[in-house]
Amino acid sequence: MSKRVLNPMGYPPEIIQLGMAPRPETLENKTVYLVDCRFDDSDLLLGQMQDWFNEHMPSVRTVLKSKSGVHTEKDPALFQEIKERGDALVLGVGH
Amino acid sequence: MESEYGVPTASLQTSIFAPALRAVARTHGMPHLRYVYVPQPVMGKSPEELRAYVDGNDPITGRPVMEEVIEALTRPLSEEEQQQVRFDRSTPRYVEADTEADLQQTFMDSGWTDYLPIVLPTEERVEAMLAGTRHAPDEVVGRMRPTSTREAWQYTVEKVAVNAVMAGARPAYFPAILALAASQVTARGSTTSSTANMVVVNGPIRHEIDMNWGIGAMGPFNHANATIGRAYGLLSQNLQGGSEPGMTYLGSQGNGYMYNSLTYAENEERSPWVPFHVQHGYAPEESVVSIFTGVRSTAYNLGVRKTYWKTHVRNMLLGVHPYLMPTLVLDPITASQFVDRGGFDTKEKLIHWVHENATMPAKIYWDYQLVQNYIYPRALNGVEPWASMLAADPDELIRVYPLDRIHVVVVGGETNGYWRIMGGGYAKSVSIDDWR
Repeated sequence: MSKRVLNPMGYPPEIIQLGMAPRPETLENKTVYLVDCRFDDSDLLLGQMQDWFNEHMPSVRTVLKSKSGVHTEKDPALFQEIKERGDALVLGVGH
Repeated sequence: MESEYGVPTASLQTSIFAPALRAVARTHGMPHLRYVYVPQPVMGKSPEELRAYVDGNDPITGRPVMEEVIEALTRPLSEEEQQQVRFDRSTPRYVEADTEADLQQTFMDSGWTDYLPIVLPTEERVEAMLAGTRHAPDEVVGRMRPTSTREAWQYTVEKVAVNAVMAGARPAYFPAILALAASQVTARGSTTSSTANMVVVNGPIRHEIDMNWGIGAMGPFNHANATIGRAYGLLSQNLQGGSEPGMTYLGSQGNGYMYNSLTYAENEERSPWVPFHVQHGYAPEESVVSIFTGVRSTAYNLGVRKTYWKTHVRNMLLGVHPYLMPTLVLDPITASQFVDRGGFDTKEKLIHWVHENATMPAKIYWDYQLVQNYIYPRALNGVEPWASMLAADPDELIRVYPLDRIHVVVVGGETNGYWRIMGGGYAKSVSIDDWR
C-alpha cells in the first residue's frame, strides 16, 4: 500500500552568486601574497612555494604572511593590506 | 578576497577536501573559485616533502601545481565567471508516495537516516507529535549549520516533528526535542576531528517522561534517553542540509557517541550537589536540556582512593586533550567520595581543584597541533586567558583549563564508583518548558 510521508530536510537559504576579481595578464613584476591560514603547517608549505617563485620567477615579489586569528576567521587588516599593496593572493592550506 | 576585496585568488587545498570545497564555494556564491590541490596531508611533512608537493602535480588534475597557481591568478575570467546571479532552492513538504519498504530505502539512500530503520513520518504521526507542544507547526525554531563557515538552513516546528517521529520519539518528549533544535547547536558537526555531543536533562521532565539517570543511563536502556538523543542527531543532519561523508561530514574516524548524542538525565536525587541547570541560573523546578560539544576522549577510573587520589586524577586529566575541556561525569558514589576526600561540598570547589591541578609545561602545551591551530592565534590576538598563558616561560607549569570551562555532572545507579572525564565542553542550556 502506498504511503505519503513528510520530507525531513530543512529549508536552504537563497544563493547569490558573487563576481570574481579581474586577472592580471602576467605575474611578472607583480606582488603575490602567500597567506598562511594557520592550519596544520600551512606556513611551511607556502614557504616552499615562496622559494619556487624566487628560483623560477624572480621578478615576482612574494610576501609570506600568517593571517590573524584561527583559520575560520577573517583578517580585515591583512585583507586591506593585500588589496592596497598586492596584485594576487595564494591562500592555504585549509579545508 | 575575490568578491569583497577584488584580489585575484588561488585557493590552495589538500585533495581529500575537493568535493566538500566545491559544494561550500557554490553555496557561498563562488562556484568558480579557482582551486589548486596538493596531496593530503601537509601536517608533519619535511621541507623536502613539501617542496616535492610544490614541484609536483595536482592530484586531482594531474597538472603541475605551480602551472595551475599561475593560471588561476592570470587566466582571464570567462563570461560565466563574471556573472552575478541569484537562485532559490526549496524543500518539498512531501516525499513522493510509495510503499513502506521503498520509502525506508528512499530515506536511507537520501542520507536522511542513521542507517537504522526509522519510523516513517506519515501525516498522522507528525500530527500526533505536534500535539506535544502548544507551538504552531509553521513557527520558525531556528537555523543550523555543520560548522561556522557553512550556510545555515532554517526549520520549523513541523520539520522538527518529522525528525522526532523518524527517531521513534513519543509526543511527550517533543518539548525536549524542540529545545535541542532551538539550541541551534548541531549534533552533526562536519569537523575532521569526529566530534560528538552530550546532552544532559534536568528538572521535573525527567520524571514525567521516565528518563534514566540510574543504572545504565548513558547506554541503550531507556526509551526517552534513546529516542530524544537519536532525534537530536537526525534533526541536526536533516535540518542543517545534510551530513554526508566527504561533503558535509569530514570526521576522519567518526564517533559512535553520535548515535544518540550521549543523552541522559542527571541524577539530581542522589547527587550531593546542586543540579547542573541550577548552577547555570535555572530554578530547580524548571526543565532544561544542556548540550556539551566536542566530545571525543574519555578517561575513566574507579573510586577516589585515600592516599594517591590527587595523582590519579591528575593522570586522568593528562589523558584529556588540552584543547578539549574536561567534564567530570560522576556516579553518585564517586561524587560523595570527592566530598569526603577533598572536602568538595560544592561542585565549584571540585572545579577549582581541577583548574589548579591540570597543569603542564608551557612548551608542551603550545606544541599541541590543535592548540597551535585554534588557541595560539587567539593568544596572539590578546584573547584571555590564553594571552597570559603565552607569556609563561617554556618550562613553567601553566593551568591548562580555564575555570569557567570545567564542568561536573552526576549520573549513575551506584552499582560501583566508576566515573569518567569526558573531553568535551559545555555549549548551551535551553528551557524545555518554553517549548511545551
